[in-house]
Amino acid sequence: MNDSSSTKMKGSSHSMRIWRDRVFVAGFVMAVLIGVAGLFALMFDVLLDGLPFLDFDFLTSYSSWEPHKAGILGPLGGTLWIVALTALFTIPIGVGTAIYLEEFASKSRLNRLIELNIANLAGVPSVIYGLLGLAMFVQFLFNGSRNVTAGALTMTLLVLPIVVIASQEAIRAVPSSYRDAAYAMGANRWQVVKSVVLPQAMPGMMSGIILALSRAIGESAPILIISSLVVVAFIPTSPDSAFTVLPLQIFTWIGHQNPDFRGIAAAAIVVLLVVLLSMNGVAIWIRSKYQTRPDQ
Amino acid sequence: MTIWNRSNSPLFTIVLLLVLVVSACSGGASKEITIDGSSTVFPIAEVVAEEFRKENPGVQIPIGISGTGGGFKRFVNGETDISGASRAIKDSEREEAAENGIEFTEFSIAFDGLSVVMHPTNEFAKCLTVDELKAIWEPGSEINNWNQVREGFPDKKLRLYGPDTDSGTFDYFTHAINGEEDSSRSDYTASSDDNVLVQGVSGDQGSMGYFGFAYYTFNKDSLNLLAVDDGSGCISPTLETINDGTYKPLSRPMFIYVNNASFESQDMRDFITYFLKNAGELSELVGYVGLPQEDYISQLALIK
Repeated sequence: MNDSSSTKMKGSSHSMRIWRDRVFVAGFVMAVLIGVAGLFALMFDVLLDGLPFLDFDFLTSYSSWEPHKAGILGPLGGTLWIVALTALFTIPIGVGTAIYLEEFASKSRLNRLIELNIANLAGVPSVIYGLLGLAMFVQFLFNGSRNVTAGALTMTLLVLPIVVIASQEAIRAVPSSYRDAAYAMGANRWQVVKSVVLPQAMPGMMSGIILALSRAIGESAPILIISSLVVVAFIPTSPDSAFTVLPLQIFTWIGHQNPDFRGIAAAAIVVLLVVLLSMNGVAIWIRSKYQTRPDQ
Repeated sequence: MTIWNRSNSPLFTIVLLLVLVVSACSGGASKEITIDGSSTVFPIAEVVAEEFRKENPGVQIPIGISGTGGGFKRFVNGETDISGASRAIKDSEREEAAENGIEFTEFSIAFDGLSVVMHPTNEFAKCLTVDELKAIWEPGSEINNWNQVREGFPDKKLRLYGPDTDSGTFDYFTHAINGEEDSSRSDYTASSDDNVLVQGVSGDQGSMGYFGFAYYTFNKDSLNLLAVDDGSGCISPTLETINDGTYKPLSRPMFIYVNNASFESQDMRDFITYFLKNAGELSELVGYVGLPQEDYISQLALIK
């Protein structure tokens, strides 16, 4: 009696486990499908609306009040400026912070507090950075001038935590045996960082940096506060030039009184997506190209 | 050493590229005329600026949409050259400009007829009196069904859509209908984006909302226009009734305010001259109503 019931239980719990396994697999597949289907529906809808307007003229002409003449050269130039300057400010500061925290700082309570705060900063809503940038850079540093440098500095604050965290992880992934070997050869701390840790961590840091920069491209809320411009018929010519960016232009076109501009906005979304996807592609490419196995 | 060189190359290349981009793009100071302010005036500013630039490609005219009030906040600090406004400047804003030593000139550039709109299936409310509108929109109003608006109207939930408090349209509507600027019931769907209001009204059977005439012009098919009775009969906003002023009390002039210091530049004088000479024709392209031509000519004398 006892025996047979235990085998019976065993059998039912076995099929139960298989059944449960299937349910969970099906659930996970569903989760993936919902995400992918949403993405494809969005892409399809945007392409359908935007493709008729996408041509070379669209990329090389400025915004216009006539939908069929409108182009995105002004905001595209502004976006490239923002990315270039943000990279210029973010890379040295972000990588420098990560190197200090991982290689030089002692694990004191203060340093752990700093690390904790950096992680928290990554979760602050972007519009807060816009307000901070308006007060700190536009009003205080540039005396009311809403220029592209103020925009890039604001974006730097926004993406810095991401770069620091990604770089820290990349540095942490370098095996400590490498460092030990270098120390054994008589290298000092800076030499170890420069010649052993940085080269090994570079691919990871680079993909973190590129992902952070693509976040900067997609943000509209801080730039709406910093730039406030929606029609810019020029490419910024200097770091103190006025500017607008792609997400802001899309936002304006969607709100335009003439409904034909919604197709134009869709075309601009396609351009923005292409820029973002190719940057992510570059990040993946760098990671796979430069990733070396530790035993090599 | 080899590892360093190989792995470093992408970073080095990118930094080099950035330096090149930045240095290549620098240089060459440009002449700029900055415009900000009302989203209602924006379409006119946009078309005039673009047409002006066709003849004067060297002048750059960036335009922002911060709302009438938001635009004045920047204008009275001397941040912008021109501020678009869908109402006249307030005394408080005037004082602030004076405190900052900003002198300015006001130009009226076109007419707008604030349009009160409903869902296209609304067949019963064709015309409302100013008093009925006031009963709906005044502060503390408890009207939330069409049968409370007028006897005989069907039992249908009334939902309201309107611009937010930073908007000149809100200031003007509350002044004209409720009798006091900025006094309005606040339990309506408010947005600074007029397209949100268009979407709201056209997707809600019991809706009522108001915004500038241009947004009605571009969305005629999905909206039903309400005529307004100011005691002298029901008048709908049209190009004619707005221009000759019979669409009362919701016809309003739209302004641009120019910082007098900006007139020192020849480009600025040229731009305002061009603005006044062409605003009549160009404003009708974007859904507004031009002033009588002589009103533009007489304002040319104001350019300093």
